[in-house]
Amino acid sequence: MTLILFFEQLLNGIQFGTMLFLMSAGLTLIFGVMGLINLAHGSFYMIGAFSAALIAALTESFWLALLASLAGAAIAGVLIEIIIIRRLYRRDHLDQVLATFALILLLSEGVRWCFGAFPLYLNIPNVLNGTVPIFDNIIYSKYRLFIIFMGFLIALGLYILITKTRLGIRIRAGQNDRQMISALGVDISKLYTIVFAIGASLAGLAGAMIGAIQSVEVGMGEPILILAFVVIVIGGIGSIKGALVGSILVGVTDTIGRIFLPELLKVFMEPSNATSVGSSIGSMLIYILMALILIIKPSGLFGKS
Amino acid sequence: MIIEKFFNKWIMFFLILIPTCGVIFDEPYFITLATKVVILGIAGIGLNLALGYCGLISLGHAAFFGIGGYITGILSFHALNDEVLFSWPLAVSGSSEMLIIWPIAILVSALFSFIIGLLSLRTSGVYFIMITLAFAQMLYFFSISWPNYGGEDGLSIYMRNSFPMVNTMDPLSFYVISLFWLLFSIFISLRLINSPFGMSFQAIKQNEERVKSVGIETFKVKLLVFVISGTITGLAGSLYTDLNRFVSPTVLDWHTSGEIMVFVILGGMARLYGPLVGAAFFIALEQTLGSYTENWQFWLGLILILVILYARSGILGLFDKKLRHEK
Repeated sequence: MTLILFFEQLLNGIQFGTMLFLMSAGLTLIFGVMGLINLAHGSFYMIGAFSAALIAALTESFWLALLASLAGAAIAGVLIEIIIIRRLYRRDHLDQVLATFALILLLSEGVRWCFGAFPLYLNIPNVLNGTVPIFDNIIYSKYRLFIIFMGFLIALGLYILITKTRLGIRIRAGQNDRQMISALGVDISKLYTIVFAIGASLAGLAGAMIGAIQSVEVGMGEPILILAFVVIVIGGIGSIKGALVGSILVGVTDTIGRIFLPELLKVFMEPSNATSVGSSIGSMLIYILMALILIIKPSGLFGKS
Repeated sequence: MIIEKFFNKWIMFFLILIPTCGVIFDEPYFITLATKVVILGIAGIGLNLALGYCGLISLGHAAFFGIGGYITGILSFHALNDEVLFSWPLAVSGSSEMLIIWPIAILVSALFSFIIGLLSLRTSGVYFIMITLAFAQMLYFFSISWPNYGGEDGLSIYMRNSFPMVNTMDPLSFYVISLFWLLFSIFISLRLINSPFGMSFQAIKQNEERVKSVGIETFKVKLLVFVISGTITGLAGSLYTDLNRFVSPTVLDWHTSGEIMVFVILGGMARLYGPLVGAAFFIALEQTLGSYTENWQFWLGLILILVILYARSGILGLFDKKLRHEK
């Protein structure tokens, strides 16, 4: 039983990790290229989920809803970048933190204004409902497998985008030397808007996909935003490879820790105590992991020191 | 600076005027609001030392605010239920005496700021911001999942903790207690920033390499500032629990860190009274906008963005400039 449970939780961890990757890839890309620390990234997660819920309610198509989450978050990203974020690139980190914090208040309340305080629900399409057998006796949710698949597909897509395309060359050049690339005649502000929109739409897609498992509500982006921060601190800020490794590490540690730590403690503690202590420590596990990694390597696993 | 001092006198005048009005017009709610401003002001003054004067952008001061709050809640919870806090190695019971609670709250917040500071200050820049945030978040999740003290529902303490010969349940008395701590923390900050130690941490904000090159161990200086800063914020948390007679994981939420930071910025960074003015403005905004619309935070966000984009020096800075031009 334990092995099956372990395998199932491992997959859950990977699924959680791939969603964290969608969030942290955008975050780390935006930081790497524009030097912007964006606390409002979780708001795009929320906007994506709400766009998806809206379109799903209108058209009853899950696939259109996923497209809508990409488009909705990207449009919001472009607008916000042009109106506000653009003015923050030259400012120090403190201004960026505060302005994007203010942006969270504004966007969360704005969405609550439009959609009300009650959570919305997104339905999983019939094709992805139910479970599939993976090995002899392990069955797993089709939808969660779909999420893992999408996550890796997007990771591959990002890899190709960054290493093989013209836009990718510009993004990498922007990461290395902002002034040089604008001196070479690349329209830097357009590039920034595009990068910001890519980040926002990835977050939006993650929001829509998770929204179908959980619920679509105001403030849904904040817990996952902070986890995404932990991920990019672990992986090294600015590194997409680091974001991928960090996401899987955090996703798996968090999921496995919460389930197995109470079980592990039961071996040498009273069951009731073990459950409460185990679940408390389980929820802190990834932060402990982060602290450990930083003690060994202050700039993260793949960060430039 | 002279003008700012003149303005500060007015602030002190308001600190006395508002509760007096509350007593005259028999509006205890006024006094409670003023107490809230004073306590949040103390929290901001704590953060201002690290953020405003030393340039340490901590997005995790909710941790210290919450620790102070929870220590107070837990001690008084045990005193109320007459249970021992822990029985090993020494039997320690709870307490509902502010004079006992304060030193413990101060010690524990100092200890936590030392540990968090020791780990976080190994990094700088964005890493520091995110790590302080993550540590606060760690304590937040711990407080939610630890069932003994109410977990997600929080902990009510029913009676304010007591102070010798003072009825702390009386709003005015509690206001005076909080005011004392406000003046004390302003006094401490003033003494610190004018001391040689203060000179060195303010220099670190400007150029850490240079400070290093004259032979100052900047890590130790930053750590000490961070500890003092966290401790003052922790004390504010202790008072905040007593004010509400309730403590919940909300005080550890990262929104609290953000709000404390907002007090500092709204009032004006590295200004002694800045956080107090910021907190007053914040509470005034919450009260006025909140009475018109449920979505007052939308407008708060908007105002904040405008302040950050166009009025970087905060409210006190705005006055400072205006008065200077008139001269």
